Order: sequence, then C-alpha cells, then structure tokens
Amino acid sequence: MKTKQETMALNGDEAVALAAKQCDVDVVAAYPITPQTIMVEKFSEYVANGEVQTEFVCTESEHSAMTACLAASLTGARSFTASASAGLALMHEMLFVTSGCRAPVVMAIANRALSAPLNIHGDQSDSMAERDSGWIHIYVENSQEAYDSIIQAFKIAEDVNVSLPVIVGLDGFTLSHSLENVDVLTDDSVKQFVGNRQLPKVATHEGKTVPLMLDPENPMTMGPIAFPNYYFEFKRQQQEGMKNALKRIQEVNSEYAELSGRNYGNGLTDNYKLEDAEIAVVCVGSTCGTLRVVVDELRQEGIKAGLLRLRTFRPLPVEDLRKALAPTMAIAVMDKSMSFGGLGGAVFCEIRHALYDEKQHPPIVNYIYGLGGRDTSPRELRGVFEELMHIAKTGQVEREVNYLGLRE
Amino acid sequence: MATEEWKFTAKDIATKPDLFLSGHRACAGCGPASALRLIMKATRGPTIVTEATGCMEVVSSIYPYTSWAVPWLHTAFENAAANASGIDAALKAMGKKGKVKEHIDVIALAGDGGTYDIGIQALSGAVERGHDFLFVLYDNEGYMNTGIQRSGGTPAGAATTTTPAGTVIPGKVEKKKPITEIMLAHDMPYVATAAPYYWKDMLTKVRKGLEVEGPAFLHVFAPCPRGWRTDPAKTMEYSKLAVETCIFPVWEAVNGKRQLSTPSKLIQLAPQKKRPVKDYLAGQGRFRHLFTPQNQHIIDEMQRLTDENWQRLIQKCEPA
Amino acid sequence: MSSKDKSWKEISIAGVCSKSSIGFLTGDWKTYMPIRDLEKCTKCLTCVMFCPDGAIRWRPDVGDIEFDFNFCKGCGICANECPTKAITMKIPDGEK
Repeated sequence: MKTKQETMALNGDEAVALAAKQCDVDVVAAYPITPQTIMVEKFSEYVANGEVQTEFVCTESEHSAMTACLAASLTGARSFTASASAGLALMHEMLFVTSGCRAPVVMAIANRALSAPLNIHGDQSDSMAERDSGWIHIYVENSQEAYDSIIQAFKIAEDVNVSLPVIVGLDGFTLSHSLENVDVLTDDSVKQFVGNRQLPKVATHEGKTVPLMLDPENPMTMGPIAFPNYYFEFKRQQQEGMKNALKRIQEVNSEYAELSGRNYGNGLTDNYKLEDAEIAVVCVGSTCGTLRVVVDELRQEGIKAGLLRLRTFRPLPVEDLRKALAPTMAIAVMDKSMSFGGLGGAVFCEIRHALYDEKQHPPIVNYIYGLGGRDTSPRELRGVFEELMHIAKTGQVEREVNYLGLRE
Repeated sequence: MATEEWKFTAKDIATKPDLFLSGHRACAGCGPASALRLIMKATRGPTIVTEATGCMEVVSSIYPYTSWAVPWLHTAFENAAANASGIDAALKAMGKKGKVKEHIDVIALAGDGGTYDIGIQALSGAVERGHDFLFVLYDNEGYMNTGIQRSGGTPAGAATTTTPAGTVIPGKVEKKKPITEIMLAHDMPYVATAAPYYWKDMLTKVRKGLEVEGPAFLHVFAPCPRGWRTDPAKTMEYSKLAVETCIFPVWEAVNGKRQLSTPSKLIQLAPQKKRPVKDYLAGQGRFRHLFTPQNQHIIDEMQRLTDENWQRLIQKCEPA
Repeated sequence: MSSKDKSWKEISIAGVCSKSSIGFLTGDWKTYMPIRDLEKCTKCLTCVMFCPDGAIRWRPDVGDIEFDFNFCKGCGICANECPTKAITMKIPDGEK
C-alpha cells in the first residue's frame, strides 16, 4: 500500500541529504567537493538546527572521511558519506579496505570528471575507476531516484548476506544541481523501511560467534594481515556477497515499490521499449532521460528502438543483460568515461563480455560521450540510433568505438 | 572523569592480565612490544584500540592469530587517528541512542611512520576536531617493518636503508622532526613524552591521557634492536640512556603547561648527571660510521644540538 | 599450507581473527635462555615489567616469579635490567 508522500522541489544533492537524514544515520564523515557540496552543506544545516542526532565529522580529507565512516560502521554505527571526482580518487585505497572489512557504508557520488585538466562537471570516470573495489554501484536517472536509491542502499548494504558498501551515483550538475519535483516519504515510513542495523555474525578468537562489531564485551581483531595462504578466501567471500546482492537489490526494489509506488525496472536494469526492440542503446545515468524521448520519437516513426538503462553496474546483472539484449539486431553502449588504451569504455566492455557466450548476439558498438560535462543533445543521440539502423541493415560496423560530440 | 592520581605498584601491574598477549611475532628484545605490553596495563576499563600499519600491527595480527584481548581495528597506514575519529563519533552517536551504556576509551597506536609522515594529516585533523582519544606514538625512529627506511623521526646521522652511511653522504642529514612541539602547537589538553625504562612514569602518563576528555598525545621512545643494530638485551638500557643524555627528555604538558618528569628533572637539578651523547651513540650499529675522524663533527653537532634543545626545553617548562 | 585450512565457506567474513596468539609458541626462537639465581632474586618484578613477550609472570598464588619458556625469545632484557644480576643468559643444556 502506497504511503503518504509530499512533493518537494529538490535538486539531487538536497534529495540525497534528505534521504540520509530520514535513514537516521549515526555518523556522517565527509569532505566537500563540487558538485557534492550541497549534500554536506544541507546535512550541516540539519545538524546545526538539531534536526538529526547524527555525529557529523568534518574530516580533513576524503581519505579520512572514508576511514572514519568505516571505523564508525565497524563500531556499530550506520554511516554515510558523499564525494566526487578527486575526492573519490583520494579514497581509493580505503574503498577496497571498506569492502574487505564488509562494512555497509553508503556513499553518494555526484559523478564528476577526473583531472587533469581540472574539470568540475559531470562524467562517470570517477566511480567507473572504482568498479573493482568491491562496492555495489547503483546509478540513478533523476533526483527522485537519487532520493529513493539512498534509502534502498542502506537496506541492501546492511543485509547480512550482502554486507557490502554501496555507491549511489548521480550525474554531477545535471542531477546534483537541477531542481526537480521529488516525492518524499514521511520520516517514519523511511525509518521503518530501513529498520535497525543488522550485523552479520563472526567467530572470534575467544571462541564465540558474535555480531561483527568493535565491542569490549566481545573483543575481536579486525583488519589483520592475511598471508598468501589465507587472503584469497576472503576475496571469494566478497564475491559471494555481490552474488547475494543481485537478489537483494531486486527484493528491495519491489519492497520499495510497494511503499512508494515507484520501482526501477527490476532494480538491476530498467528497460524502456526493449521487449521487441531491433536496435537498442545501453546507457547509465541521467542521459537515459534524454534517450527515452529519442526512443519515443523513433517509435512514432515506426522504428523499433529501445533503451536498456543499466541501473546496477556492480554486481553486473549478466542474466538480465543477456535476456534483454541478445535478441536485438544492433546495440550501442554509451560510456561517460574512458579507459585509456583499452578497447572502448567500461560499460561497453562489460556488455560485450556478458553477451560473448550467447549463441547469437548482435554487433555491439561503443559511444564515448559527455566527458567533462559536455552536453549531449537529442539530435546527437538520434544519430546513434541511425547508425544502429545502418548496422542492423547491412551488418557492417564502421567504427567499434566512437566519440559523440568530439571535435575531430 | 577521575582527577585522583592513579597509584599502583609493580605487583598491581604484574597481576593485571595482559591485554597485549604472548605469542606475537615481534623480534626478540623489541622496544615497542615491551612498551605496548606495559601501556595496555594502564587501561582503566572498556577500551578499543585502533592501530596503523607497522611493526606492532603486523606482529600482533597475523591471521588467524591475534595478540589483542581488546577490540582492535587496523585499516591502513596513515589513518590511525581517522579510525579513532570514526570510533569516537560512533560511540557518541550510539550513546545518544542508548546503544552504548558505559564510557569506552579509545587508543590510537602508530609508529613513527604512521605519525610523523604519512599519518600527520589524520592526526592533526583528529586533534583539531577534539575527538576523545589517546594517540600513542611508539617511536623506533624508522620505518622498521618495511626494512629500516628513514622516517621524519629518524635522527640526523643515523644510517637507514634509504639514508645509508655512504662515502659521500654519512647517513641521514635532516634532523628529527619535533613532533611533540607540533602537537603542543595544536593547543591540545595533554601532550607527554615517555621512555619505557621509566615504566611507572610511562604508565601514569597513559592513564592521564585516557582520563583527559578530548585528544591526548603520548610520544613513547621505543628502541629497535634490529633497526638500530643494538644488542637486544640493551633495549631498555638505551631508552634510559636517551633520557640521561637529554636526547629524549621526558616531560608532560597539561593544557600547554609543561613540566619535566622526574627522570629529566633530576638531570636539570644535577647537571653533572647529564651524560654525553656519545655514550648513547656507542654500541648502536646505525651510528657506527660516526666514530671515524671524518665524521666526528657530526657527533659534535649532535652534542651541540642536544644541549641547545635541552636548554630550550628547560626554559619552556614550569620552574623546578 | 595445512590441509586443515578451511574453505572460504567455512571461515567468518571480514577476516576477523579466530585464534588467540597464546596458541602460537615462540619459545623455539631463542638461542639463550634466562636462568635465575633464586638467592639473588628479590622479586622486584623489574623483569616482569620489561619482558616484551610477557614470558615472565608474577604468580601471586605461589608468591614467586615464573618464566614461561614457551614464549621466551631469549632477548636478555631481563638479565640486563635485573638490579641484583640474578639472571644470566645461557645456552640450554644439550644445545650448541
């Protein structure tokens, strides 16, 4: 049954801050960086006005912000942070440590380009560079989804069979700073939905099996050195957590849909007019909004175009990708980041890889776009579909990797 | 918080169960290990320890074994103080919600590597924010765990693997970073130095640091027989010599007001008891190259600097 | 690598240590071992304080010091610091 909601005018950053507030986070340790700053500023207002009981730690760097969130989480607190670009890059070491320690930290990333040169605008190179870190990655299309996904993120992360941290990515400036109508749940319904933090159990050196937590009642040693005869098994465990996350993300998506009336595909992929599509574009993030408009336009003209919005990038929903994309005739994968020296961008590689073993799969091409916050117009995106039509008709691929909007 | 001074005897300490357990893999005669075992005897109740990467972290947490009888967390090299900040924030937040019933002391432990150099940012930030924790620096004057490389805490003249005693450059050129002066400049409630030979003094200071509400910093001088090329049996002796030569004076500063501790106070009062630095340098392999005619001037310079620093310290301390 | 080492399914997550180090005996590291002359020992407990490995203990029940050679690494700090020189470091009998 849908719960009562209020429509507020919020930008992506404000929506995220509000969601974190409603999730009753215990500790927020953060460092400001454009375009995430509004998140921390808004949260600071809540703290200064006594609207939250959160301990807000203005750390001296992002590395310390992630460290403090990790340590707080392992002490039993629900912790949250946010960053972007260079800040996320500075946390790099600690991202691996956080997932290795199985701490369910939730972090919002206002996706922004990495230096050099310095660029404060939106692209996805910051979080794509962290795709191996063991964090769950959920990318949102609009501020509404940013709000919804932060709430869902705690429930996903804290599931004892997952116990992995979650990044919720929202495109910098495009979403972080754009005002939208966001339907907001009541404080109580969010609190109830997220619930109290559950802790997985571990066997300690005292011979007890107790919740994973720094607790003088049940001392345990966390973050040891594990030599080659032990390390590998812990990594395999993290992979199992990711496998469990595939299921959990879908569950939480459905549960949240019951509460709010909003679901995002099955939580992993959000497909638009894809069932009978002959040509399909795969995209991550806010550009999917523009793509929907272009798909509609093409459909009006009788062209069977479709969109696969990849919402969850990690864990990669391989089965959903195979099922949805293998039957099409030509696919273009959009990448708002680059992997220098590789064959195309991260998303392109993952999609091709997922479809490689399918008995039949269509030609797949890559469009690198929007780097450094360069805007991408509906006309340019239409051009992508037109190229796909050409590929579907002739079977000829002119260029595997294309740069959309680049001055060649 | 208790304001009464903690009184204890050797028997009291000896009968307290070890919280830093036997079976750790530190070298025979390890100064930090000896200091750490004693430091943990000064805890007063529920305690969480968080540690930076380094000798004491590695030797005490080789999976699946642990030498820690208290909750203990290690995450990375530069962030013991940031760990402590997170733990402190969590305890405060959970306390507000009634999830934590009694006060828990937080100790952040790091070597000179994780304090002087890579750790200084997190330490400075944590102190500035006023988190309630005790930061203990176990200073063995080098990155010992990775093979005896120089740190900001390595004294001038010392040979390390990155400042070898070569034919052109005779060991480390740069002076030891005055870490406690830096911490004092933070206007923090408690800063002190301790040498493990004077274990009573050291334990008293640990307890004081824990009792302080807010950040406290304790600089513990911890000789490393492996890195210093000294006789493992003489580890405590070297910590005593460091005090007697005034290379490492012991003192404490409560809210910025500094006082010499008894072992150093005795030297101030009886200057004839002050020993020459070469008594300390002799027998240390890392300084062996200084005992040559061409390097004598380095020892002379060390003596001059030690004397100068000692006089300066006396000036800064409260009168005898 | 022990064949008794467990699979990834059997061990706890997050690398939490599952054994106390008191199960890891370091006594075989030593070359020299401390021998105490009971007549010189005043039970001042200096050795108990300084032992880096906690291998010298005060036993209140028997009113005496006890050396745990399962953990003693033979560093000699106890012998060096003993105020009455009651401890000497010797190579154990039967060993070179």
